[in-house]
Amino acid sequence: MEKNSVLGSNLRVVALLGLTWLLFWPARSQAQENYFVTYTQHMEEPGNLEFATKSVAGFPQAGNAFLGNAFELEYGVKTWWTSELYLDSQTTANESSLFTGFRFENRFRPLLGEHWINPVLYAEFENINSADKALLEVVGHDGINDFLERNDRSEKEREVELKLILGSNFKGWNVSENFIAEKNLAAEPWEFGYAVGVSRPLSLAASPNPCRLCRENFTAGAEMYGGLGDRYSFGLHDTSQYLAPTMAFHLPSGPTVAVSPGFGLNSNSHGFLLRFGVSYEIDQFVSRLRGKR
Amino acid sequence: MSRRNAWLLIASLLLSATFLCAASIGDGAWKAKVPEKERARENPYDSQSDAIAAGAKLFRQNCASCHGNEATGTEKKPNLHSDRIRNSTPGELAWLLKNGSMKNGMPSWSRLPEQQRWQIVSYLKSLQ
Repeated sequence: MEKNSVLGSNLRVVALLGLTWLLFWPARSQAQENYFVTYTQHMEEPGNLEFATKSVAGFPQAGNAFLGNAFELEYGVKTWWTSELYLDSQTTANESSLFTGFRFENRFRPLLGEHWINPVLYAEFENINSADKALLEVVGHDGINDFLERNDRSEKEREVELKLILGSNFKGWNVSENFIAEKNLAAEPWEFGYAVGVSRPLSLAASPNPCRLCRENFTAGAEMYGGLGDRYSFGLHDTSQYLAPTMAFHLPSGPTVAVSPGFGLNSNSHGFLLRFGVSYEIDQFVSRLRGKR
Repeated sequence: MSRRNAWLLIASLLLSATFLCAASIGDGAWKAKVPEKERARENPYDSQSDAIAAGAKLFRQNCASCHGNEATGTEKKPNLHSDRIRNSTPGELAWLLKNGSMKNGMPSWSRLPEQQRWQIVSYLKSLQ
């Protein structure tokens, strides 16, 4: 008990220091997230470090409400290579709060330059447990039943996930498509999923004056995502599917705040999911650490 | 040719290739890749003061971390008050912003709408 209290107190101090550091760090770039599940072809600018939280609140009728969280660190290694680390946790009402594991991913853009459709290759290793509720993707036969049992960390999920990300920009619109293949290394079959997103800034041209609430700082869109079964039962049968409008507010030289109410499209899905997140980007992070900026 | 000479030849070739690559960084090699049609495009906001002001704002938000607040460059990133920028057509600069020069560390800014990229071009041309 005493140990937990000390741990909690230390965590609060670390969180406070981190928040203070973020507030006073002279950042300039703005984070780019338009979607919660769908990845775009856009890479992190080289040398920039982005902090982000992605949270999802669910309210299953036959189970306890939960809040899944993913804390994300994204670094632009090269113009064509972005690396990310996620730390997952969750809180379930009337049950417990848990750290549920980590994910490490890399994205590579094989074609340099802009094309009408731009491919990005994504590879991820995740080491999470069965209590994870971050819902960063939906694959296979994932569904609401996975969220009705009490928190159980007993099953380790060491998985590799591959994605083909395709993205296009046309007249201010971004259209992105993700094809997902995921394999639990514990001799389970490949599972498949998809995510597609469409978004557009509310204004395509910037206003000449500094402003915070002007339309150019808002991006609206929608994403649709869901499972596609597995190697032995490919298709939509017994999968969950979601449609979610998205809205992001990019505070100039500050954080990006995003929110997305998601709606389940079949009985195997959560009826409603509320996603929200904040991201903050520090430009030329390593140069700043070296004191060269 | 002895094995030693063969290794020397390979090393020389690799070294030359490295120097050529290094020399191409920031030398404006990207300009050769711009299609004629893109090169000839005109800036719809040409010389408009509002567009220059908006472009300056966008530059500070997106470009200044590498090129400096006044576009005078930083440690390894080029000064944009240069003959190369001065002599580039608006279409060439718009093409560079859209496609980047990824081998040289310049990312694609295709995530910005085309209108905003033109506003940045207006600002860059106003520097000259």
